[in-house]
Amino acid sequence: MSRVSLFVTCIVDQVFPKVGLAMADVLERLGYQIDFPEAQTCCGQPAFNSGFWDEARGVARHFMDVFEGAEYIVVPSGSCTSMCGHHFADLFQDDAAMLARAHAIESRVYEFSKFLTEVAQVEDVGASFAHTITYHDSCHALRELGVKAGPRKLLSRVRGLTLKEMDVAEECCGFGGTFSVKFPDVSGGMAQTKIDSILRTGASHIVSIDSSCLMQLQGVISRQGLPLETIHLAEVLASR
Amino acid sequence: MATARDEILGRIRTSLGRTGATGTPGGLPPVRLHIPEVPLEPRIQRFRAALEKLNGKVFRANSRDDARAYVESLLNGRPAVTSNAPFLNECGIGTIANVRAGGADREALRGMCATLDAGISSADYALSDTGSLVMIASHDEARLVSLLPPLHIALVPLDRLLTGLDELYTLLPVPSDRSSSMVFITGPSRTADIEQILVRGVHGPGEIHVVLV
Amino acid sequence: MNPIPVEAIQKAVGDSRLQAAIYSSTGRLMEKRAHSIEPEEIDDFQGLRTQANALKKHAIDNLDYYLEQLEQNVIARGGKVIWCRDADEAVQFVLNLSKEKGVKRIVKSKSMTTEEIDLNEHLEHEKIDVVETDLGEYILQLAHEKPYHIVAPALHKTRYDVADLFTETLHVAREEEPEKQTQIARRVLREKFLTAELGITGANFLIADSGAIVLVENEGNARLSSSAPRIQIAMAGIEKVIPRAQDLATFLKVLGRSATGQPLTVYTSFLSGPRRSGEIDGPEEFYLVLLDNGRTRLLADENKRQSLYCIRCGACLNHCPVYRKIGGHNYPWVYSGPIGAIISPQFHGVTKDPWLPFASSLCGACAEVCPVKIDIPKVLLELRADITLAKRREGAGKWERFAFKVFSYVMQRPKLYEMGSAMAAAVFPGSQGKWVRSLPGLLQGPPIKGWLSKRDLPPPAERSFRALWRERQRSKGAA
Repeated sequence: MSRVSLFVTCIVDQVFPKVGLAMADVLERLGYQIDFPEAQTCCGQPAFNSGFWDEARGVARHFMDVFEGAEYIVVPSGSCTSMCGHHFADLFQDDAAMLARAHAIESRVYEFSKFLTEVAQVEDVGASFAHTITYHDSCHALRELGVKAGPRKLLSRVRGLTLKEMDVAEECCGFGGTFSVKFPDVSGGMAQTKIDSILRTGASHIVSIDSSCLMQLQGVISRQGLPLETIHLAEVLASR
Repeated sequence: MATARDEILGRIRTSLGRTGATGTPGGLPPVRLHIPEVPLEPRIQRFRAALEKLNGKVFRANSRDDARAYVESLLNGRPAVTSNAPFLNECGIGTIANVRAGGADREALRGMCATLDAGISSADYALSDTGSLVMIASHDEARLVSLLPPLHIALVPLDRLLTGLDELYTLLPVPSDRSSSMVFITGPSRTADIEQILVRGVHGPGEIHVVLV
Repeated sequence: MNPIPVEAIQKAVGDSRLQAAIYSSTGRLMEKRAHSIEPEEIDDFQGLRTQANALKKHAIDNLDYYLEQLEQNVIARGGKVIWCRDADEAVQFVLNLSKEKGVKRIVKSKSMTTEEIDLNEHLEHEKIDVVETDLGEYILQLAHEKPYHIVAPALHKTRYDVADLFTETLHVAREEEPEKQTQIARRVLREKFLTAELGITGANFLIADSGAIVLVENEGNARLSSSAPRIQIAMAGIEKVIPRAQDLATFLKVLGRSATGQPLTVYTSFLSGPRRSGEIDGPEEFYLVLLDNGRTRLLADENKRQSLYCIRCGACLNHCPVYRKIGGHNYPWVYSGPIGAIISPQFHGVTKDPWLPFASSLCGACAEVCPVKIDIPKVLLELRADITLAKRREGAGKWERFAFKVFSYVMQRPKLYEMGSAMAAAVFPGSQGKWVRSLPGLLQGPPIKGWLSKRDLPPPAERSFRALWRERQRSKGAA
């Protein structure tokens, strides 16, 4: 079986480490040899999205150094995958050597659910999670990576799990990185629209492939004391 | 002194990284036209379905006399103005009571269109997939007949019913060779500007009847 | 540099009636669009988008050629072409022509380009009676407001607003039914159509091989404005030109569906020049005003040039979660929504409203629905890079720049990163893993404050992933 390198992302490393552990568990159970290059930090997206491209370049370069030679890089986040898999090239348009490295890494970076359905080609990972859940389509995963049916297939094979779709599954949760703090009223309003729709489904859990979306929604849930929990797809798939 | 025209063209060229005018540019994507094979009957059904969905009315006349009878009963004595389309004469529309010929005088025609209850025209083509009429301005068809009166009746011979836009643009690649105005009319005039509530007959006719002959 | 209009945004987001109006209107338009592009309704809609994008790219990349061809053909059909470098020249042309031809009354059909140059204000100043004839625009003209949405200008008005307006300005009996209100407008405006000497329209497309303009509408007011008066002026940005009439077979299929879910709008007019001999009615004089007003500047940037492909359908507005919260009046210019966010900075300079390209979560819903495939998020990112550079030059945004320099420095040095994370965990008030509602004053820098104003903040994990990983691997090794 192939070797898989984990890029857990800075937010999972620092705030939601269980997501990384869950992802590691699922991959090992499928027979993959996994490693965690300890020199990893961040993909640079916060700087890139804020227009600080010089600053982002340094971080991107570091990422490419750390993962040089990795066969597969698996990431529990759509937005970070999109950064490493698509936007590194935007940063190095004027540097042929770095651009080549950016292109070389593109085909090796996978968002976690996409790795499972397209590389591992599995749908049933032997999970059980007896709850009614709803699935939030994270924007980068949905629109840049084409991740839509995959997570739903994986969830459909989880024992005891019921999936109820919300009417606004594809609408943005309002995180958008620094957008959430620069435009808190709009960001908060967007989260509220999602939460209202989620409450109407009767689900107890919100599942997504991206921790930053879950952090945004959980923040509102916690503030308002709502009967909802957020959980990353990896954690659901690791549940037995 | 450079004219506005020269300056604008100059700025365009500079922005595009060129020094002067170019010849015919290469790389123009080929025209994308596809005419489906649709026999007459399904074409008529399609036209009817599309236009009736928009609250337009379609009547299939078996003959020119049949068409005339329909128009007469629809008008029910109300005054109407006709365009100069020869097909209307063939159908004897001019002999219906209270129907006046539009004629060729611009002011007189305008006056009639502004005051009478109905405008009767033919159409140069009809498009089946959208339920549209194609009206080309000419001596036969003035612009205002199908626009000012609140009711528009169009009599269209079946051999003018095309499958859709692609067929029209194949027949007529450069419509402005023919006329200063070509209009596609697809149903009655409408708006949803107030609270997204649909209202018909805003400025153009609120009622449209197409008689396929 | 204008600051973020925080209060205005808060007001809009907090106005539940407005939110309901925006949500239901844009929601309906989204649903109709979705239905109209299903495979049973139209074959290969995505292929049409690709074709539309390719045609626009070609036309814009060869803009000078097609404008010259357009001009030749307009003149050959008896029309005149007026090139205007900026808003002033365009306004002056209309004023001068009106004076020369003794125009006392003008009827106008909906045109964002004329909004862009504030045409009505200038005409009204010269005491020329100019009337908007599109129902939504007419309502706004009476209310002295700018459009709320590119396609549905009076989206924010209720029937009661309209009733108030009509009673006050038209001195008619109060009427609250939209159907009856429409009849009132129809009556009033009909008289204007029939007595105006000049009709001004915009143009959805300019056709180079035909010397023609295309007008797409549902009410009939564009047809009337272009057919009843003696003189017609069509005003359009230079970027509206497409190569061939036959290309409309592509563009018309994507425009109506993207805008309102209609395969074709009620009236699609293809007009070239004044009426010809033999024709009975139509204008006697036809002027096409080609407006630059900054478009040639947009053309210069290869990455952002695609902003000029826009066919003004409004789909990006309908699908934008930000537009749907802040509404059309919180954008600094007449063009709102995602398209407004990318063209306003390019027209007015990135430092005028530097917040605008950041007012987006980059969700990409706009790019997904754009009929001509403008990659709006990409242009937003490019603009953000431009703004950051501009701010540096002007010495603004020092704190943010410092923060990202630190970010970049630390993220390239794993040991420093780990030290930093340990420090953050230590400094964060002990919370036993519970999300926090507030932080002691010292820690509340603007980003934290912004976050906490709306939601709780998660604490740093007691042990980071890498610490847990090391332990996991150790216990595996031991097993």
